[in-house]
Amino acid sequence: MAENVQEIKKSEARAPEKGERTRERRVYTPAVDIIERKDDIIVIADMPGVDESSLDITLEKSLLTINSRVEARIPEHHRLSLSEYGVGDYQRAFTLTDEVDRGRIQASVKNGVLTLTLPKAEAVKTRKITVKAEA
Amino acid sequence: MLWVDLDRLGSLWDPWREFELMRRASARTADLQEAEFPAVNIWTSADNAVLTTEIPGIDPGSLDISVVGDTVTLRGSREPETLKEGETYHRRERWYGKFGKTIRLPFPIQSDKVEARFSKGVLVVNLPRAEADKPKKIAIKSE
Repeated sequence: MAENVQEIKKSEARAPEKGERTRERRVYTPAVDIIERKDDIIVIADMPGVDESSLDITLEKSLLTINSRVEARIPEHHRLSLSEYGVGDYQRAFTLTDEVDRGRIQASVKNGVLTLTLPKAEAVKTRKITVKAEA
Repeated sequence: MLWVDLDRLGSLWDPWREFELMRRASARTADLQEAEFPAVNIWTSADNAVLTTEIPGIDPGSLDISVVGDTVTLRGSREPETLKEGETYHRRERWYGKFGKTIRLPFPIQSDKVEARFSKGVLVVNLPRAEADKPKKIAIKSE
């Protein structure tokens, strides 16, 4: 049973500083993994219920915001008997450093998982300096 | 048994509430282990139940759903990202690993009519009530 699985609960996002939403609904913070690779930084976010049309990613100055609307589907003529999780929007923001090449940011979503690729700017890529042996 | 009498009251009897109370009472001794993960929502009507759960990033082919009597068992796993040399985690919040969860419904399920759909990381399983378990309507003939 549930080996290796940490206790997972959806965490509700705090009210955004720049004003509240006009529609009364829950907002969740998606869980993310951020992996730094040689040439880029990968942000992977669990956002079940999200597809490419409902996802809104904006980059304003250094603030990268992930926003997504999720419509709860309610089966007709059924009532909710057991509720262990809530359905709502997702929101999360990250501050990017200058080392990201903004023009080449890529995003894809598959099976409710968003993958953002933030390529590093040329200047900060680690360069390997080969030492030549003198003859 | 008490519930037989309560059943006659019809709509006043809530099988889910009853079930929940029983489950809590027997939680320590029950042979069905209740797992926390994944969180499920269950919608019910008189003859149908719909189970939904959020398990993003799972390969639907690796997901195992089995139905026995009035219980549904979900099993699956999600692999962690494999890092190559020189790659490091800055944050690691997403879950990975194996999970298994058994949920008991208030009625037996017609296992050959169970349908499951997985889209956008959300699994929806439609569980119709077994034909044999449905209440029969008895027509009264007048002479």
